[in-house]
Amino acid sequence: MSIHVKFFASMRDLMGDDRDISSDIIQQYGIKTIDDVWAYCAKGKERPSNVLMALNMDYVDAQSVLKDQDEVAFFPPVTGG
Amino acid sequence: MKVIINSDAFDPWQILNDFQNKMPDRMQGSYGATAVFIGTMRDFNEGDDVSEMFLEHYPGMTERHIEGICQQATKDYQLIDSLVIHRVGHIKPNDPIVLVAVWTEHRKQAFVACREIMEDLKSKAPFWKKEQLSIGQARWVEKNTQG
Repeated sequence: MSIHVKFFASMRDLMGDDRDISSDIIQQYGIKTIDDVWAYCAKGKERPSNVLMALNMDYVDAQSVLKDQDEVAFFPPVTGG
Repeated sequence: MKVIINSDAFDPWQILNDFQNKMPDRMQGSYGATAVFIGTMRDFNEGDDVSEMFLEHYPGMTERHIEGICQQATKDYQLIDSLVIHRVGHIKPNDPIVLVAVWTEHRKQAFVACREIMEDLKSKAPFWKKEQLSIGQARWVEKNTQG
């Protein structure tokens, strides 16, 4: 199992580049939900209250459970148009 | 229904003209109303002069969400056709950023649907603006202005 993680806009400034989380890491850190992905990637940084989360390009909440090859994204409120 | 995310500058009036002229024969004569919204880059924001902007998006998710918004509006307001174009990348003041156009039988549906697509796009479609200020500093835009 592996998870692909993306950060956009100011979240990339805060968290760094996109990354893949390998099966070994997932097992070692007990990563099951999007919240777990944040905790692993953030290394202690608190998740901003306004951060939005997507799982395979659909909006979800932090408790969403992951499966193999999922794509998780973290980004700030959108400002298009 | 057509959704385009584009890094090239565009002329919204030329695109509208081309799009409408290329509508299938079955649509010609079927609409009585066209509503259009064009969003253009300002050279100021929150009291500061802005010289340039970078618009980032989430490839795939952005297109999917705008298509979903247009599909919902098509059901809710019986749209005959719709067109959304949104710029990404480097943008200069006075450049068009977004075009929303809808074609319906009657004007009320057209006005409401155009507004609703635009507001949904602003609140749901994953785009982010980074402004380059004239004084040299760059900053992410953190929230949309009031509609």
